Amino acid sequence: MVSAQVTFSEISPSEFFYRNRDLAGFGNPARALYMASRELVENSLDACETAGIVPEIYAKITPLNPNAESADPRAYVLRVQDNAPGIEPKQAPNAFGRVFYGSKFKLRQARGMFGMGGTMAILYGQITTNKPVKITTSVDGKKFYSFTMLIEIQENKPSILSEETMEGEGNTGTSVEITLQGDHLRSSQKIADYFRQTALVSPYANITYVDPLGRLSFYSRATESMPPPPQETKPHPHGIDVEAMRRLVRDSDEKTIQKLLIENFHRVGERTALKFLEFAKFNPQANPKSLTNEEIVKIVDAMHKFGDQEVKQIQDERRVEKFLAPDASCLSPLGEEILRAGIQKELQPEFLATEIRPPSAYSGFPFIVEVGLAYGGKFLQEGRRLFRFANRIPLLYDEANDVAWKVLNEGIDWKNYKIPENAPIAIITHVCSTKVPYKTVGKEYLADRPELERELKNATREVLRQLKTYLSRKGSMEMVKRKLNIYGKYLPLIARFAQELSQANRPPRYRGLIGEQAQAEGAEEKVEATAEGQAVEQKQEEEKQSKLEEFANV
Amino acid sequence: MKSSQTSKKEELKATLKEIGKKVYSDLDQKKFPEVAFPSRSVRNIVYDNKLKQYILGQNTVTRSAGNIKHIRPFTQLFWLAYFANKLVSESKTSTLRDVFYSSQAFDVDFVDQPESDEIITDLEAVISRPREDFNIYPEERSAIFGDVTIEYTVPGYEGKTLNLSSHPDGYLIGPSLSTAEFRDTSAEMIIAIEKGGLFTRFVEEKVHSRYKSIIIDTAGQAPRSTRYMLRRLNRELKLPVYILTDGDVYGEHIAMVIISGSVGAAHLRELTVSDAKWIGVWGSDIIKYKLPTIPMTEIDIKRIYELKKDPRYKGGIWQKELDVFLKLKRKSELEAFSKFGLTTITDKYLPEKLQEAKSL
Repeated sequence: MVSAQVTFSEISPSEFFYRNRDLAGFGNPARALYMASRELVENSLDACETAGIVPEIYAKITPLNPNAESADPRAYVLRVQDNAPGIEPKQAPNAFGRVFYGSKFKLRQARGMFGMGGTMAILYGQITTNKPVKITTSVDGKKFYSFTMLIEIQENKPSILSEETMEGEGNTGTSVEITLQGDHLRSSQKIADYFRQTALVSPYANITYVDPLGRLSFYSRATESMPPPPQETKPHPHGIDVEAMRRLVRDSDEKTIQKLLIENFHRVGERTALKFLEFAKFNPQANPKSLTNEEIVKIVDAMHKFGDQEVKQIQDERRVEKFLAPDASCLSPLGEEILRAGIQKELQPEFLATEIRPPSAYSGFPFIVEVGLAYGGKFLQEGRRLFRFANRIPLLYDEANDVAWKVLNEGIDWKNYKIPENAPIAIITHVCSTKVPYKTVGKEYLADRPELERELKNATREVLRQLKTYLSRKGSMEMVKRKLNIYGKYLPLIARFAQELSQANRPPRYRGLIGEQAQAEGAEEKVEATAEGQAVEQKQEEEKQSKLEEFANV
Repeated sequence: MKSSQTSKKEELKATLKEIGKKVYSDLDQKKFPEVAFPSRSVRNIVYDNKLKQYILGQNTVTRSAGNIKHIRPFTQLFWLAYFANKLVSESKTSTLRDVFYSSQAFDVDFVDQPESDEIITDLEAVISRPREDFNIYPEERSAIFGDVTIEYTVPGYEGKTLNLSSHPDGYLIGPSLSTAEFRDTSAEMIIAIEKGGLFTRFVEEKVHSRYKSIIIDTAGQAPRSTRYMLRRLNRELKLPVYILTDGDVYGEHIAMVIISGSVGAAHLRELTVSDAKWIGVWGSDIIKYKLPTIPMTEIDIKRIYELKKDPRYKGGIWQKELDVFLKLKRKSELEAFSKFGLTTITDKYLPEKLQEAKSL
């Protein structure tokens, strides 16, 4: 423990990130411009949503020297402004200038963790352009606190260069303006995609984006309803790691291990705590402070194993003791209404289906999968598209490594849904969790956890089933229309020839025949389309085929 | 005798009117009209041992205007009935190709000529009459030459007569000849020959007078109008028919189609001459007359195996000659006789074969 502290004191978190900035997605100027925009926008959205305020986000990227004929990469000014409740002037510098500030032990579904990304963006701007960040914030819409600051990298603390307080009439909120080295040429597409997809997944937000060429994109709000703000939750024992446990032991005031577990963990009550400690062979009454490093490792290990397969074998089936799966009340899925509104707004599809899966969990972390499907319409082009979201963040890179991609391309037998190969389809997947299972620190694609894969697969199948039903209905309606046309064309001809051949002196009275027939046949087709049994469909298909064949031979 | 062609025409018009009336009354009662006719699918074509030709079996096809898949062909078929009625009433003739283009004035949507040809065959099946009866003729024409006097029935020529030995190139067997009545003949037999060149040779060598015959050029596989002409000559003038073809499997089949009809015309009768005789060139003739030959191709041999299984080839010399061809794996043409002199075929081969035919 002592040696660990020494290590931490020698390199501050800020410095750590400074040295490893490519890990956080700031590896090159193109990616950095995209990441910085994204981090600031996400902080703003998180702040609004947590406070239950419908977001108004304004983002603008301008070249630092608009007139200079310099090529990318060059310095850009990025400004993101929101209507969140703002930050108290006293806390503001630390909120932005210190990595891990206010780091929480509790878990909450949020776009970013601990607001680290925003600080990274500021840090990156500072080291590439040596310009301070300018922040203005107001908690009441009357007093506006504005300051510029640099981050003291080695000491992990803000250093304020100037500050002022202005008075006026306006809104609460925060504006962050950083100057950073960026490459717009090579990132404009990704940034544009980011805003558009963010608008899709947050249709309750008004988002304005002005790009370096002065082009304005406005994504207007489609609904006023927002998902309820996510609740904080205690960690589930299955999801705890050694370091978190060590910090918990250090910071906790509880006098016994049992009490420590009950107070700090999800799904751990008095009885479960006792049973667990019995299983882990710890004295429930021992003082947590007395735990050695080895014991902490042992207890965490036991938490992961308690109630799992191996243990079950040595215990009596009926008396299996385990931690209940985490409950999902801490999650905030979009819900059907918002998901639909977002897809409708951004893709304007001809057909739209959604499926919200019930909560599930992996390794002690609850998650919910939501899948939307958009078909046809003005914007979708032929072929399949996948829009991936995790905790309302669009995932734009490394699509082919994502579990959703795997599900779509390997887990689904598309033939079952009778959807044409190149049909214009977009699949929208949203995974929300207290801890999204990203495969890498880059946070661009999700690991193929079996639980997650299963939920994605089930949800995707459901929306595809809905599309299949829609397409077959549509097909039969078009059939009716087509039939009306065909009958309308040929019956008069038959009538005319019949009159001439029979030498009758008036045309036959056959009106009324046309509509009835087309409708009758249309109804037939519908029954066929919704037929429960595959066998029924199969049989009819075969009959049709043999009729056709006979016809061909005639 | 005059009535035979005229009454046929009246019968046909009555049949077409009947069909029109039925469809009219169906429509008038707000019912979807339908028409049923024998199915021409392969499964429904059977060989009739008595008639010695292919006929259609019991299966019928019902084409209903109420069926979305049928309404277009139904309209086309019905248009054709209307068109045929007009042709017959106005004593006009048409060709298969002509029908295809005529249809375009009526918007009945034939995709291509094969489609309109199909519908023509359908109408044949519906009324059990060949298309020649409703004045639709194929493009290909064969020729006839010999001492037979005919009387035209076509408009503008009614009552006119003509002797078919007046012009040495022969006469096209077209619509006006097909509908003409036979008045008089001195001929005692008909010789049908596969090739135009040999036809001319036969006329030059006066085969018609030396053997008291009418010579017909089938121009390859005999068109239906020619088969129909052969049948009429055979029936009405009681003349035996002898067929001369190339010495190969196709020649043998040309003779067979004249005698027993084709699969494609299984829905029609009165196109066959069941007592016609194929007198050569047989496979055995190739050996006997030491004719020059050329090798058969894979396709030729395949065709022999096909025909060996065909019920029309049961009995008589048919299987035997197929076997000879199969053994030889070589074939010969009528012109091959020219190796022994241009008139060998008429002076030596023909009389020998006519003699041999008596025992067939």
